[in-house]
Amino acid sequence: MTTKAFGEPIARLEDPRLLTGQGRFLDDIGHRALAAAFVRSPHAHARIAAIDVTDAVGVDGLVAIYTHDDLDGRAGEPLPLLIPHEALTHGRTGYALAKDEVNHVGEPIVMVVATDRYVAEDVCARIRVEYEFLPPVVGIEAARAAELLVHDDVPGNVSAHMVQENGDVDAALAAAPHVLELDLDIERSASTPLEGKGVHARWDADDASLRVYTSTQASTSVRAALAARLELPLDRVEVIAPDVGGGFGVKIVHPWPEEVMVPWAAIRLGREVKWTEDRREHFVGATHERGQLQHVKVGFDDDGRLLGLDVTVWHDNGAYTPYGIIVPIVTTTQLLGPYKPGAYRAEFFSLYTNTVTVTPYRGAGRPQGCFAMERTMDAIAAYLGLDRTVVRERNFIRPDEMPYDHGLIFQDGRPLIYDSGDYPATLDKLKKLIGWEEFEAFRAEARAAGRRVGIGIACYVEGTGVGPYEGGWVKVETDGTVVAATGLTTQGQGHRTVFAQVVAEELGVPVDRVTVTTGDTRRFGYAVGTFASRAAVMSGNALASAARKVRQKALRVAGEALEADPRDLEIVDGVVRVIGSPSGAPGGSIPLATVAVLANPLRYAFDREAERATQFGGPVDISKPPVAEGDSPGLEDTGFYSPPRSTFANGMHAAIVETDPDTAEISILRYCVVHDCGTLINPRIVEGQIHGGVAQGVGGALYERMVYDDAGQLLNASFMDFLMPYATEVPVIETDHLETPSPLNPLGIKGAGEAGVIPGSAVLASAISDAEGFAITRMPISPSDLYSLRLERQPR
Amino acid sequence: MKPAGFTYHRPATVDDAVAVLAEVGPAGKVLAGGQSLVPLLNMRLAAPEHLVDVNRLSDLAYVRADGDGVTVGALARHADVERDEAAYAVLPLLRDTLRHVAHPTIRNRGTTVGSIAHADPAGELTAVLALLAGTVTLRSAAGERTVTAADFFTGPMSTCAGAAELVTSVTFPVPEGRTGTVWTEVARRHGDYAVCGTGVVVTLDDDLRVAGARAAYVSVGPEPVVLDLTEAVAGEMHDAADWPAAGRLAAGRLDPDDDIHATAAYRTRLAEVLTTRALREAAGRAAGATTAARREASGGDQ
Ligand SMILES: Cc1cc2nc3c(=O)[nH]c(=O)nc-3n(C[C@H](O)[C@H](O)[C@H](O)COP(=O)(O)OP(=O)(O)OC[C@H]3O[C@@H](n4cnc5c(N)ncnc54)[C@H](O)[C@@H]3O)c2cc1C
Repeated sequence: MTTKAFGEPIARLEDPRLLTGQGRFLDDIGHRALAAAFVRSPHAHARIAAIDVTDAVGVDGLVAIYTHDDLDGRAGEPLPLLIPHEALTHGRTGYALAKDEVNHVGEPIVMVVATDRYVAEDVCARIRVEYEFLPPVVGIEAARAAELLVHDDVPGNVSAHMVQENGDVDAALAAAPHVLELDLDIERSASTPLEGKGVHARWDADDASLRVYTSTQASTSVRAALAARLELPLDRVEVIAPDVGGGFGVKIVHPWPEEVMVPWAAIRLGREVKWTEDRREHFVGATHERGQLQHVKVGFDDDGRLLGLDVTVWHDNGAYTPYGIIVPIVTTTQLLGPYKPGAYRAEFFSLYTNTVTVTPYRGAGRPQGCFAMERTMDAIAAYLGLDRTVVRERNFIRPDEMPYDHGLIFQDGRPLIYDSGDYPATLDKLKKLIGWEEFEAFRAEARAAGRRVGIGIACYVEGTGVGPYEGGWVKVETDGTVVAATGLTTQGQGHRTVFAQVVAEELGVPVDRVTVTTGDTRRFGYAVGTFASRAAVMSGNALASAARKVRQKALRVAGEALEADPRDLEIVDGVVRVIGSPSGAPGGSIPLATVAVLANPLRYAFDREAERATQFGGPVDISKPPVAEGDSPGLEDTGFYSPPRSTFANGMHAAIVETDPDTAEISILRYCVVHDCGTLINPRIVEGQIHGGVAQGVGGALYERMVYDDAGQLLNASFMDFLMPYATEVPVIETDHLETPSPLNPLGIKGAGEAGVIPGSAVLASAISDAEGFAITRMPISPSDLYSLRLERQPR
Repeated sequence: MKPAGFTYHRPATVDDAVAVLAEVGPAGKVLAGGQSLVPLLNMRLAAPEHLVDVNRLSDLAYVRADGDGVTVGALARHADVERDEAAYAVLPLLRDTLRHVAHPTIRNRGTTVGSIAHADPAGELTAVLALLAGTVTLRSAAGERTVTAADFFTGPMSTCAGAAELVTSVTFPVPEGRTGTVWTEVARRHGDYAVCGTGVVVTLDDDLRVAGARAAYVSVGPEPVVLDLTEAVAGEMHDAADWPAAGRLAAGRLDPDDDIHATAAYRTRLAEVLTTRALREAAGRAAGATTAARREASGGDQ
């Protein structure tokens, strides 16, 4: 393996382990632990009148049954509202175990701990909860109508109402030569990682310390939350994210009720306790996203240039608001995409319903925003009879207008300023890739054969790498291997590979010599979490900074050993040498391993290597202390990266679809992606992120929906009926890249994690509309839905 | 999602199996490939006290084909039936249909007999058995009986099999005369249960005129629906028949329900379109294929 690491499409270092079944996921941990199961509300809205455990207490293997009444101290308080916001005037959160009232099917009410999960479920089945039914609020329309309330003390079911405005929208719309209005609808979907949530806790009574493994995207914050809830000193709590089988946003929420209850029970019982979420629990007991109704009013000139844009969003936040109003804020700010909107006003109402709580799912509100904007662009093009790409191009922010200030506040509380991007060049590449200009010839050919085809396009800009910060720690071991750690977690992205590439590049060592640990508070205690396409930008730059410091120290120590000026030294393939000298030249080089030994003066020689670092091991300058003032032993250091504001990646997707004139089946014939996430650390991993994102985008556009009935029952809470696309439903994805570096961080990188999913519904709606000749305004769309739309348009 | 407790039996012979079934009565359930039963157990939608695992009954792991039909033993997996060349030669419809049943991994485990015994109205093989007027053979401690498909299926997920009866085999007869068969369906995802599916048999006379047109459907009713559509196309030339008329006739006779995946109107529309397509294709096959070898050449749905 060469030293050149950064930018190379190397294979993922984690794959051999994961693909040979050696991953250690939550349920692989703690086989002797007691098992927990929860009695969950079967009703969408009810008061808990009584809980009767008489039939349960005799069951063999039962260890404990807990209800809210058992929760002492802070454990019994409402769960935290993680991201407060001044517009969130009526934030509400649930409890670790429901107190008095339940607000969605799936809310945990009773915790059962038993010798195994089978017994725990047997016990759950024997516990009788008596309910007083309350009428449920299901769906955005019902929430808006507010004839019924989810929370008695939240008028209109409105948790938050927010308006952001830049310019005089009413005046701009009044003066615009053309005005169009659109009503749009996006249904619910969810992250649905293959591994659900899970928690394992062990209380060490001798040490008075708690160790928690949890399948999370934010282990440092879970730690802080647990210390607070369970009233333990922070340094007595450690939280580790083991291998995590996908997160896609849902696992950023914390502490989950189960995340509080499992450690709480472990402490109380003095026994290891584990809970592994099953699929049905995940559908009703985790979180969902996407559901919004939108109204767009747009004013534009004869060329299709935007003059004023007024958007109202009704966002379904479900039963509670533990993650604040991040999703609708992201929708209403990221909606703008690569365009200059003219005067802009974005208003949203975040509404309670008696359904599963809504928190960010990959894309985090952007797919909805992109849908609104791109449907609007297509509507303008159709109205003016212009090519859809021409309308978009005319509204683009030009490269020479960067950085571009939208005059709004982004989800990180900082100004929405795009740092860089070349949208016309991206569009150019995409048009070539899909063959935009040649499509009409293809359509004519297809039509002659009785086939119906359409082409669609959608553009987006994604704020990535949001702060406040991440950190990284890098250490060269005395055997020349390098260990690194960052506090944020990983759940399949390939962080261990890309971070190793970053560190290897800075340190001049082969990539396979670098081992990276993520999400383990024992190894790195300061972190925010993995979300918002931020890991590469944040931890990548933090680790680069740490590695750079280590490199400087290595050069200094090596310089002393080689009697050379550190500025004349370089590190190649793990060896420090005089620049340009062939390695192995006598006196001209020293392995990094040896430098690591020398960097830590020793008294005790526990092995051969160590011998060289003892006081009597080699020549020493006795005029100086062994560790210089201000220095520290070892070849290790820590670095942090905190961005001034987010960096903005962008991309454009185009798709060609075929719709069956008879069966209304929808097939994707081609799917093309052009993507710009700044400097690429590993093109192969970026490609993989795009593929996964597109798969989820296709799912959200054509397959996935959460089907609630009027009583608030989720009718498709299984993978049999919640149609996540299989590999057979995901098209071949053709990709091309642009690399417009971010000026905001030393590595020039932008995030890529969510990109692929953002324009899925928008681009497929565009293509289906084009094939069918009428505008699709509601996603997802099934063949049955398309058939109904055709019928509505048929003269009777 | 853990099953309630049960007693597990694993008999080594058919006699032992029926003896256990007789002993445990309605509290028992046969476990074959487990592809339908285990999810029901895990979700506690079923909680039998006794599970009688028939996977050791290797005597029943057979597929037998002759000119009259294909008989499938209770332990033949979908994949065994799908890959059986002799069965394909006499009754290509089985392979053509099985390719639409779930995914390869599930077909490697799930049994064709289990699928019939499960009687899911969305299960393709229930429809094929009904279409071909096949038979089901049951054994109990009291003896053996054979019933027709029409008698066997008594409703959604319900059959005439008694608690103490083991289905030992099913027989799919080869349709008589010059026939062509086709299975076609629309599913939301590859391998899913169909939103609507149909299997058809078209029979031609010696002049290649339509003598019979029958179709069976999944997912449009509580049990497999078989329709005789001959009247719409009787006596017409195989390549000039009014197949859309047969499609319309079928649509008019079916009465599907709405569900979360599709409206009743859409299902009816699918039935019409798929019937038309399948009959036309089957007639072509009947006209072109008089021998097994020529059938082979005409290829399946794949
Ligand atoms: C993801 C998935 C997708 C699927 N898609 C399809 C599909 O598209 N089309 C389709 O047809 N099927 C589908 N199936 C079901 C599959 O075909 C099953 O294999 C089949 O329905 C049952 O066969 P089994 O051997 O697994 O039976 P089991 O699950 O073991 O048993 C099913 C039922 O039949 C009874 N039973 C089984 N064998 C006997 C017997 N010999 N005598 C008496 N009773 C018996 C059992 O007691 C039980 O009630 C799917 C399954 C899965 C998991």
